[in-house]
Amino acid sequence: MRTEKNNIFIGIDWILVILYIALVGFGWMNIYAASATENSNGLFDLTTRYGKQLLWIGLSVPLIISILFINAKFYEKFASIFYLFSLLSLAGLFLFGKNINGATSWYSFGFMGLQPSEFAKAFTALAVAKLLSDKQYNLKLIKNQIKAFIIIFLPAFFIALQPDLGSVLVYLSFFFVLNREGLTLYYIIFGSLAIVLFLATLLFGPINIITGMFSVLTLLLFFFLKRNKSYLKYNWYKIVGVYAILALFIFSTSYTYDTLFEQHHRDRFDILLGISKDIKKTGYNTQQSLQAISSGGFTGKGYLQGDRTQGRFVPEQDTDYIFSAVGEEWGFIGSTFVIILFMLLLYRIIYLAETHKNKFGRIYGYGLASILFFHLVINIGMVIQLLPTVGIPLPFFSYGGSSLWGFTLLLFIFIKLDANKSYDW
Amino acid sequence: MKRSFLLYFLITIAGILLIGRLFQLQVLKGPDSSPLNNAAVKTVYEFPERGYVYDRNGILLVANQLSYDVMIIPNEVQPLDTLEFCGLLKIKKEYFKKKYATTNRYSPWLPSVFLKQLAKEDFAFLQEKLHKFKGFYIQKRSIRNYPIASAANVLGYISEVKESELRNNSKLQQGELIGTRGIEQSYDSVLRGIKGKKYLDRDRLNKVIGSFKNGTYDTIAQNGQDITLTIDSRLQQYGESLMAGKRGAIVAIEPSTGELLALVSAPTYDPNMMVGRQRAPNSVVLMDNKNLDKPMFDRGLQATYPPGSPFKLVNALIGLQEGAITPQTSVSCFGGYRYGSSKNSFQKCHCNIFGSGIMLNRAISRSCNSYFSSAYRSIINKPGNAKIGMDNWSEHVKSFGLGNYLGYDLPSGQPGLIPDGEYYDSRNKYKWGPTTNISNAIGQGEVSTTPIQLANVTAAIANKGYFYTPHVIKKINGNKISNPTYTTSKYTTIDTKYFSPIIEGMHEVFNTGTGANNKVEGISIVGKTGTSENYIKIDGIRKQLEDHSILIAFAPKDNPKIAIAVFVENGGYGSAIAAPITSLLIEKYLTNKITGNRRKRIEERMLNLSLKHIYEQKRVLPKTPLKH
Repeated sequence: MRTEKNNIFIGIDWILVILYIALVGFGWMNIYAASATENSNGLFDLTTRYGKQLLWIGLSVPLIISILFINAKFYEKFASIFYLFSLLSLAGLFLFGKNINGATSWYSFGFMGLQPSEFAKAFTALAVAKLLSDKQYNLKLIKNQIKAFIIIFLPAFFIALQPDLGSVLVYLSFFFVLNREGLTLYYIIFGSLAIVLFLATLLFGPINIITGMFSVLTLLLFFFLKRNKSYLKYNWYKIVGVYAILALFIFSTSYTYDTLFEQHHRDRFDILLGISKDIKKTGYNTQQSLQAISSGGFTGKGYLQGDRTQGRFVPEQDTDYIFSAVGEEWGFIGSTFVIILFMLLLYRIIYLAETHKNKFGRIYGYGLASILFFHLVINIGMVIQLLPTVGIPLPFFSYGGSSLWGFTLLLFIFIKLDANKSYDW
Repeated sequence: MKRSFLLYFLITIAGILLIGRLFQLQVLKGPDSSPLNNAAVKTVYEFPERGYVYDRNGILLVANQLSYDVMIIPNEVQPLDTLEFCGLLKIKKEYFKKKYATTNRYSPWLPSVFLKQLAKEDFAFLQEKLHKFKGFYIQKRSIRNYPIASAANVLGYISEVKESELRNNSKLQQGELIGTRGIEQSYDSVLRGIKGKKYLDRDRLNKVIGSFKNGTYDTIAQNGQDITLTIDSRLQQYGESLMAGKRGAIVAIEPSTGELLALVSAPTYDPNMMVGRQRAPNSVVLMDNKNLDKPMFDRGLQATYPPGSPFKLVNALIGLQEGAITPQTSVSCFGGYRYGSSKNSFQKCHCNIFGSGIMLNRAISRSCNSYFSSAYRSIINKPGNAKIGMDNWSEHVKSFGLGNYLGYDLPSGQPGLIPDGEYYDSRNKYKWGPTTNISNAIGQGEVSTTPIQLANVTAAIANKGYFYTPHVIKKINGNKISNPTYTTSKYTTIDTKYFSPIIEGMHEVFNTGTGANNKVEGISIVGKTGTSENYIKIDGIRKQLEDHSILIAFAPKDNPKIAIAVFVENGGYGSAIAAPITSLLIEKYLTNKITGNRRKRIEERMLNLSLKHIYEQKRVLPKTPLKH
């Protein structure tokens, strides 16, 4: 038993490892396609993006080994310490961070930069798991709910100040974790409703939406309460309240949008909703990305054969827009394959998480799956114009050391916890 | 229900959505074959040559010359030797920085003009070295060239399309030249032609590697169409030289067609000033509001003046039509016309025919104010209600094309003003009548017209009752125009028979009347002089300036070839400046020369006459006696 426990490869889920290797490997191939130039010197040329990415991938091997080597209990025990450390590193950005493209998200170490927000996700997941797995903890209590919200939104708050809107959105994914552990579904339902209402207000204008919502609500009330008039008599204030909240929300939406949002935020929404078309500036990325993807057709143009990818027509193609390279060179088959790989990864993580007897492992697994899920949907949704342009990387695919290591850390902590589950009682 | 179900469910739904969208993009829509949507394809524009412009006799007025713009695609620019580059282009480093920033702000991916209209020598020099500067290239364009420095106001000019127009018209590109003012603007679509497009395939290093799909989508530039104007450039130039040193306008129309033979606005400018890189600094000078010469202001089309005595003709015609007067109606003039009992209700007259009865013929040739005031009063009073009378009068006047835009094919203009009953109702608290606005009788007071409107009235009189909308277009691409606006006659409300007595009276003007000094041997000129009072407000006080010298005329009397209106600002009596200029223009147009020593002396005097001293004076003149 003892030797088995010390062997770091015992009990690990090879399916997850293989999916990880497939995603990272295929990702790197596409980074190569999107960044190779004629006069680069071989695969290890560190002046190129693909060369650097290869180095980051290489460096993630010792990272993985260290993660697997450390005792699984360590992550649970020191979750709060990790969490505090990551909060400090986020706060420290405002003192020592480097401003790149208008956001202070980086620590610069000369040759490379580190983006603490990529690691903060893993540590927040640990902290949430630690909090929720406490035996005294009951999510039905408002007090406890607030505790969880604070843990989730504290790092999100720091990230919002950078500002990095995309990464903030990812923190909303923790609501799935909370829901799994007993938080009522209303939070998610009302949240989604609010988002839909928000977008609809922008698209159709506040007056139309209010008239529409009110008439629908009134009709519903009329039908459901036809036989039950006494309900109206005793609960009229609730109904009035719902109307008032709706009106307030819709008007504050258009107010926020018009006055608090910056112009470039508005531009992005306007383009997504088809209110305006601007292929010269803001819409250019999406436009180019869409054209690259649809030009790939069913089978794609072949690896390194995509003229748009090779011609570098899609800005940011090796980072946030990497999926457009897949779309062009590998076609519908290739891009569907990538999505299916991600889906398999997510299914597997949830499946494994559900087998955990230890609450900590299960909650952490849910956090991992939710974060990956959000990244996947937001990133690919943006690249194929289902969602507004929100700059977040595609896990394991996009170029960038911090992002790769952040996700590697997230995934392999889970693999370690999972490998260890049979010893946990 | 297991709580894990939600996430499984959402992952599946999201996966289906993403794959569905990809299916729509990649399989249903598929590769877009249009080169416009293909970013790997570089679009190269070939700019068409703009159409040439000729005068009615086939003399070339507007031609083209090549010019070279330096274009930039900001995100393709790579680090470069700025010093060398700026040296080559002869620009300052600040210009480089500023221009790079502004073009980058417009769009990092689309071409913008970096430096426009390089000189040919600079271009030759630059062309050899341009390959060193990535992101820059040369765009050939044709710019205008004017062999004859004349008719700038008619021709207009071309300039870069404004950002605001660019947004509304997707066919235009930044830096493209479009017509501004004059015929360049009104016939822009004819003259501009259609851009040619070549689609080129680029490799990953942005190098062009051949044409896209073997040029299937390429289009060839279609040059603009040539147009022929109705302008007679010799007459135009002659008119311009006669107007040198003066402010004012000459408008000459061929009555039988409505073709504009000359449209002189003075002072004018050399159209070559508005070409190429010197346009910007020159237009600042030309458009300066403090410059009272206002060379960009087309006085023939845009200046509204009181029409003065020529307007009496219109009143006489209305009087005849309405039966308010007959050619035999006689009015006695005692040095003026008393229209009320108060001391000031007296309008002076300088016809110098004291006491004896004046009939229509002499009233026109001697420009008797009393006669026309009396006639005007009868016209307005005839229906028994001043408002109805006024409306009736106004309708007649407007049928001559006055009081509104004429509808000619040049982009600038003014409607002028012809009042009606409502106009005076809204401005008078108490009852009003023809004596309230008696000045309208003699073309002063509220009425105001532009020179082209008055020339059109002259053409209508020459035609005895109808006119064609004046226009400058004669042929497009060698084909005569068939636009009904310009080829159908428009009738005035006056019957043909009433024109003869008026024309007889006008004929007397150049025989025995106010224009007799400018009689031309062998040509029967029919005309009417005018002197219009004008005022300026200085510090809120209305002050009178030197009168405008006006003349309208047509010739010959039978089968008229030319109808003309001349306005010389502050030129004094109509007989002093406008009459000699008109007679010279008519003589030149009909006989092609000026005959006789007397006429040559007049010509020389007019060519050399300058009113600069009056324009620069700005002093307020004492009220001069009226002479109409």
